[in-house]
Amino acid sequence: MIGLVHYLTVAAILFVIGVLGIFLNRRNVILMLMCIELLLLAVNINLVAFSAYLGDLKGQVFAMFVLTVAAAEAAIGLAIMMIFFRRRGTIAIDAADQMRG
Amino acid sequence: MIALIAFYLFATVTITSAVLVIFARNPVHSVLWLILGFFNAAGLMLLTGAEFIAMLLVIVYVGAVAVLFLFVVMMLDIDFSQLRSGFNRNLPFGLLIALVLLVEIVIAITAYNAGPAFAHASGAPPANAVPNIEALGTMLYGQYLLPFELAGLILLVAMIGAIVLTHRSRGDARGQKASRQIGRRPEEAIRMAQPAVGEGVSL
Repeated sequence: MIGLVHYLTVAAILFVIGVLGIFLNRRNVILMLMCIELLLLAVNINLVAFSAYLGDLKGQVFAMFVLTVAAAEAAIGLAIMMIFFRRRGTIAIDAADQMRG
Repeated sequence: MIALIAFYLFATVTITSAVLVIFARNPVHSVLWLILGFFNAAGLMLLTGAEFIAMLLVIVYVGAVAVLFLFVVMMLDIDFSQLRSGFNRNLPFGLLIALVLLVEIVIAITAYNAGPAFAHASGAPPANAVPNIEALGTMLYGQYLLPFELAGLILLVAMIGAIVLTHRSRGDARGQKASRQIGRRPEEAIRMAQPAVGEGVSL
């Protein structure tokens, strides 16, 4: 029988893969954004799983809000990346060192 | 039984495609794997009875976000092999961080399983008197009306922001010049011609 733990495990593995992807693809912004989407997907799976487990729909409402924010973040992130690419001709993070941060 | 098989199928494909997203050499392949992962995650959510979120995942994530990624990846002319140069250097450290994170999450899950952390964490199945979408709609337009409107506002701000950021006014764009249109007189716009029979009109 599928339980809560199954879902939590899948979400955990997805989250870890997302973090790993951000670490590994340190230079490619597009892939970093995709990894953020993976992280948010893992969070959504958690929310939905708990919502089903507790019999409370609030989790699904919040999953919808997370989805909204994820879509907005992807649009803004890609727009910033586009203007960055226009100025520098690359999307490597290393090129963004104007502020010496 | 079929639910179990479906769960393991969806879970396996989701995780496999997530791994392939970060390890694919070609970013277009990465986006395609991401789409597959989203589809299977939607399947996972369908199994819990969250139909609305599952459909939203397919429509919003696959239909909008993933396709947006695909557009951008294909539009930019980038040497992606050069971008991967730090990949192997970061591999050991990244794996270490991932391992620590995974162990911590597993510990958290087992701790949660060991005993009920909250009093109301009963495994009671949801009351399916009303369909999922109907119940969710009632909640969104009732109790959560303000956050729902705010979510719409966030999307509007994101849309305007993306347009403002990426828009650039080109010099050769042909816009409407209302003053020229209004200032135009009939005598300079048309010419009366009375051609002879059998001859054409010279323009």
